[in-house]
Amino acid sequence: SCTELLISVATPGCNGFPNLESKENYDSDCLLLISVLPADLLTSSLSSLFMQYYINETEIVDFPRFPHRGLLLDTSRHYLPLKAILETLDVMAYNKLNVFHWHIVDDPSFPYESFTFPELSKQGAFSAMTHVYTASDVQTVIEYARLRGIRVIAEFDTPGHTLSWGPGAPGLLTPCYLGKDPSGTYGPINPIFNSTYQFVTSLFQEISSVFPDYFIHLGGDEVDFTCWKSNPDILVFMKKMGFGEDYTKLESYYIQRLLDIVSSLGKGYMVWQEVFDNGVKVRPDTIIHVWKNNLPYAEEMANVTKAGYRALLSAPWYLNRISYGQDWMAAYQVEPLKFTGSTKQKDLVIGGEACMWGEYVDVTNLTPRLWPRAGAVAERLWSNATVRNLQDAYVRLADFRCELLRRGVQAEPLFTGYCDHEFGGF
Amino acid sequence: MEGLNFSLNTFSENNVWKAFLINESEIYDFPRFAHRGILLDTSRHYLPLKSILTNLDAMAFNKFNVLHWHIVDDQSFPYQSVSFPELSNKGAYSYNHVYTPTDVRLVIEYARLRGIRVIPEFDTPGHTQSWGKGQKDLLTPCYSGEQPSGSFGPVNPILNSTYDFMATLFKEISSVFPDAYIHLGGDEVSFNCWESNPEVKDFMKKQGFGIDYAKLESYYVQKILDIVSSYNKGYVVWQEVFDNNAELKPDTVVEVWMANNYAHELSRVTRAGYTAILAAPWYLDYISYGQDWTKYYRVEPLNFPGSEKQKRLLIGGEACLWGEYVDATNLTPRLWPRASAVGERLWSSKNVTNLQDAYRRLSNHRCRMLR
Repeated sequence: SCTELLISVATPGCNGFPNLESKENYDSDCLLLISVLPADLLTSSLSSLFMQYYINETEIVDFPRFPHRGLLLDTSRHYLPLKAILETLDVMAYNKLNVFHWHIVDDPSFPYESFTFPELSKQGAFSAMTHVYTASDVQTVIEYARLRGIRVIAEFDTPGHTLSWGPGAPGLLTPCYLGKDPSGTYGPINPIFNSTYQFVTSLFQEISSVFPDYFIHLGGDEVDFTCWKSNPDILVFMKKMGFGEDYTKLESYYIQRLLDIVSSLGKGYMVWQEVFDNGVKVRPDTIIHVWKNNLPYAEEMANVTKAGYRALLSAPWYLNRISYGQDWMAAYQVEPLKFTGSTKQKDLVIGGEACMWGEYVDVTNLTPRLWPRAGAVAERLWSNATVRNLQDAYVRLADFRCELLRRGVQAEPLFTGYCDHEFGGF
Repeated sequence: MEGLNFSLNTFSENNVWKAFLINESEIYDFPRFAHRGILLDTSRHYLPLKSILTNLDAMAFNKFNVLHWHIVDDQSFPYQSVSFPELSNKGAYSYNHVYTPTDVRLVIEYARLRGIRVIPEFDTPGHTQSWGKGQKDLLTPCYSGEQPSGSFGPVNPILNSTYDFMATLFKEISSVFPDAYIHLGGDEVSFNCWESNPEVKDFMKKQGFGIDYAKLESYYVQKILDIVSSYNKGYVVWQEVFDNNAELKPDTVVEVWMANNYAHELSRVTRAGYTAILAAPWYLDYISYGQDWTKYYRVEPLNFPGSEKQKRLLIGGEACLWGEYVDATNLTPRLWPRASAVGERLWSSKNVTNLQDAYRRLSNHRCRMLR
């Protein structure tokens, strides 16, 4: 019987934050039971070893294939209570996912309580008293994640996806016009005013200090040009800048200034693929987030890496797109490096993220919709490329699902069958 | 009694509780269709009692009045039978995955107090793999050439022991479940196993069925229907039983489930004079991305060619949540509020169809259900 368990990690010390370059190798020898392990490391997987289990002396050496293994949660389409986020972080840790991509604000609501601009959430949250993340909430999430080896990358998506920013920041969004008069509706952030860039600077100054990770996700996706095209001031500006009719140039103008601002704050950035597709000049250490499926995404991965940028894959892993049957299999069978390119290019793929967009998701269905399906993505990102047998994966994932149930996680079934401990049962 | 339940629900829908003052109101309401059901499947996945009871509550909030309990199937047999304890001893997923007689009584009573009928379904002759574990010689042994292959098919229709067993089992079921109707299944009977079995082939010859195994299926179904009739129960069957020309009693209810051209099937069933219930467009286990509740809401059950008399034979419908991918971890969010769209379609007047208005009311109703 194993009386002692020794877990050794490559770098000592648990006081800093995990980052993209963290060494996540571990090996464990069944030798010494360390009772001085910090309480936080006593996750269920370890505690289950303490209770009357016998294991043979074993040596396990393990390490991830990709360094960025993320999960996106969307807290704008629906507010997610803190408890739901914390539980998700727990289960991410069980799945060895190490990046929490927090898509915190968007069109429908602005739950992030900013101390620089308190009106943003006061006016923009679904309900300013109950559907916000206070500074304390945010710190709780960051610390909870840190203790599980999970980085928190916040996304403040601009210039599109910003309708909820408008009420708390008058003059920030572009007023749309119907003929000669404002129509009353608003569009993306207005790129032509200095006040816009003052606002952006102050906001991202705060964001840079609140979120310790080196990277911030700046969004930049799905910018609708209709409103800009209707606005007379913008038309004047376009002419002045010599952009002609090409609004992607205006979009790039904004993004460029945003990227420069964020750089000057000492942060790196991740952007959705449109920023790259539209030819914006980005820093060499920018990470391009590939999400679209109109081109085969493999082609985009090839283009991004050929241009020398690091790529993150999400396109085949939109877990919010539910369908009937065992769709985890399609997620599992994705091969992130299956595109035409050199080894050097393939080295630029740092990993991927499973995305759970929130249009149809809130705390009532988040956990069963996430797990165990996201586990398929997690294994694809951690394990060797050769680990792809579906039957074998099914058996292990189904067992893992029962284990999640045992730990109190409301993970849904893969297929017909049962677990010894059912949810809501005995 | 049911009316009182419904009126209380309507009151809550009008936010009438706590310190609210209301003007003296008179609300007069009644359902369009009499059979408004939810199908739950406790064989593909066991559903703990709590989960079933929670859903009975939700059904009551949505004025559903029938729980179609698809209690056993191929995968597991959780129903603990007093007459045949081995059925669940050997056929349930585990001893912890059973419904004891007490559990069953609890469900029935909990439902009753909410104005909900419980119609159990013991689906035969197909969908019975789990029955064979605890009842030897019930299922047809399949053959590989001259030898039994080791696998089993539908219930064996040629043995007297089969009908003795069924008589005893359905006698128990008839006394355990107080509703006037039992659902006897009869869907998706695969003939391959019967075709491979030499004794079955002999029987076919003897009966003059030729190679038409639908006749053998009907022979079996007929005898089951007679058994159940003798216990003074009515029966509901899946549409295949009607499609394959079994001889049905006039008060048989035929459940139309096949999505392809179901309006045509409703015509045929009602033209033949049988009562029908509609499930085909309401398979809620078929999830997809987006607001699919609108698809369920837009169904108009009486949109089928037929006379007034025929249309009166469509007594309602059921939203089905088959259990291949569903258990207590995801049942409630998958069923509600999508099933509410079906609930309104079955209760409300035919002209209540505006989607924007329905969206507004349904989202409010959803918040109310959360509360």
